[in-house]
Amino acid sequence: MQLLRRLAIASATGLLLYGIGLWLQDGLIEYVQRIVLLAGINVILAVGLNLINGTTGQFSIGHAGFMAVGAYGAAFFGVKLGPVVERLLGPGVVANAVTFNAALLIGAALAGLTGLLVGAPSLRLRGDYLAVVTLGFGEIIRISFNNAHFLGAATGYFGDTPAGLPAYTSFFWVYAWAIAIVILIRNLTFSQTGRSLAAIREDEIAAEAMATPTTRLKVLAFSISAASAGIAGGLFAYMQSGIRPEDFRFDKSIDMIVMIIIGGLGSISGAIVGGIFVAVTLELMRDLQQYRLVLYALLLIIIMLVRPEGLLGSRELSTAIRARFKRAKVAK
Amino acid sequence: MNLLSLQNVDKIFGGLRALKEVSFDVPARAIFGLIGPNGAGKTTLFNVITGVYSPDGGAIHFEGQAIGGESPARVATRGIARTFQNIRLFRSMTVEENVMVAGHHLHQASVLGAMFRTRAQAEDEARLGKRARELLDVMGLGRHAQDVAGSLPYGSQRRLEIARALMLKPKLLLLDEPAAGMNSQEAAELERQIRFLRDEMGLTIVLVEHNMAVVMSVCETVHVVDHGETIAHGTPQQVKRDPAVLAAYLGKPTEEVA
Repeated sequence: MQLLRRLAIASATGLLLYGIGLWLQDGLIEYVQRIVLLAGINVILAVGLNLINGTTGQFSIGHAGFMAVGAYGAAFFGVKLGPVVERLLGPGVVANAVTFNAALLIGAALAGLTGLLVGAPSLRLRGDYLAVVTLGFGEIIRISFNNAHFLGAATGYFGDTPAGLPAYTSFFWVYAWAIAIVILIRNLTFSQTGRSLAAIREDEIAAEAMATPTTRLKVLAFSISAASAGIAGGLFAYMQSGIRPEDFRFDKSIDMIVMIIIGGLGSISGAIVGGIFVAVTLELMRDLQQYRLVLYALLLIIIMLVRPEGLLGSRELSTAIRARFKRAKVAK
Repeated sequence: MNLLSLQNVDKIFGGLRALKEVSFDVPARAIFGLIGPNGAGKTTLFNVITGVYSPDGGAIHFEGQAIGGESPARVATRGIARTFQNIRLFRSMTVEENVMVAGHHLHQASVLGAMFRTRAQAEDEARLGKRARELLDVMGLGRHAQDVAGSLPYGSQRRLEIARALMLKPKLLLLDEPAAGMNSQEAAELERQIRFLRDEMGLTIVLVEHNMAVVMSVCETVHVVDHGETIAHGTPQQVKRDPAVLAAYLGKPTEEVA
């Protein structure tokens, strides 16, 4: 029953997304479409990063590295996989969808694995030390791609054909993945595992005394967070004809941090709001490209002064609405 | 049978010998008091037993197995739960969530199960929630289940720590100054709850406490340490009259009068 209901909801959502996608394609200029796609990708990045930075309280500032692993992994394996899938299924929409999603999953798996390798040694560190180490790893990953000749080194990876990477990324797929990842991470956050992660943030010594396997859970959260950044990276790669190492510089990690701080650390709704907010403001500030980080810094300072807990604090929109309904009922 | 037994346990911090060959046995279903002046090494003893520190000498046995040097999470899984002298709650989480966290080793659902909200996982959550609320009722915190832990009054926070420790399904409960900051009425209620835990839930309890009224009324055996060394051991009545204990607390009588 439950499975059937879920399938029904999923297909209805899929149809809705497909419809909106078609409408956007006709109705909006390409420039706006691009912002809409970037907003969806940002939501994935922010919700994923919030799991480790917000919920678990372990500050990572190197997530652009995991996004890069996902982007390169998805691009490379998608290009190699494409012809094989086409031979099996015949060219067409189905083959494209299969190739694309398989590529995204491979990218996510590689990013998750990298997260595991980076997280296992570094999550024994705390606070600033962890931040510095993740920053370092993020740069190591980017510089590795800068020197990987089979991936185009500094010029970037554009697939095997002059046409570049196929434009698989569409409104439908970006938002289908965004919704799926938000739901999966929300479910995890509001489970025993999520409570244990929050307990690590609140007091690691007490969590350990309550039999919480703290190191294992931190590494797990870090890998899941990295894997979702990997999905975002794959979607990002197929949005344009190719990817370059400089797409994943340190300021990309800062963008992600800004998203979750603006929305409110520890809140999934906040991460969603923050992700969309950053996508839109980045575009509005396009003309001021070189002053962008300055403006961000100002914005962050203002938020810290006026509303230190972020737009939503650590609350969720859903619980706030439910609480309001309850209050309204009581008032009657 | 002895549930917990320490033989010649040593702990050294740099040049300071915080524990010197401390030995004692805690029989099953006992209420065992551990007292001594400030800085005597009582909390260090708790930290050595629960794996926060590993002992530099001697042996610790729980249910006949050596546990010295194991990680805190491992020791907790074996059935030793504790509270902290300087309350360590998960302050921004609700009271109920605080208790549920300690059920981590009891729940079976996998991470994937949690992400996809499987039925087994939902049942697991319901079971943990039910047990947490039962324990909150035992400690008299039932109606605060949805409050934020950090907003509770001091005495309630101490009792919440006990409820959280109980969630581990421990056999041995170590209470570090459970009555600190409580008024006499709250302390009396705490005494009743400690007896309930032993009599009805079959727990063995070791408590560190400075409130002598509580120690004398609730403990069957008292172990006194000073400067990391055992200075007395016996029933509350015996210990109260022990000259070494009086000297430790009040100072040695001197011959010459100033």
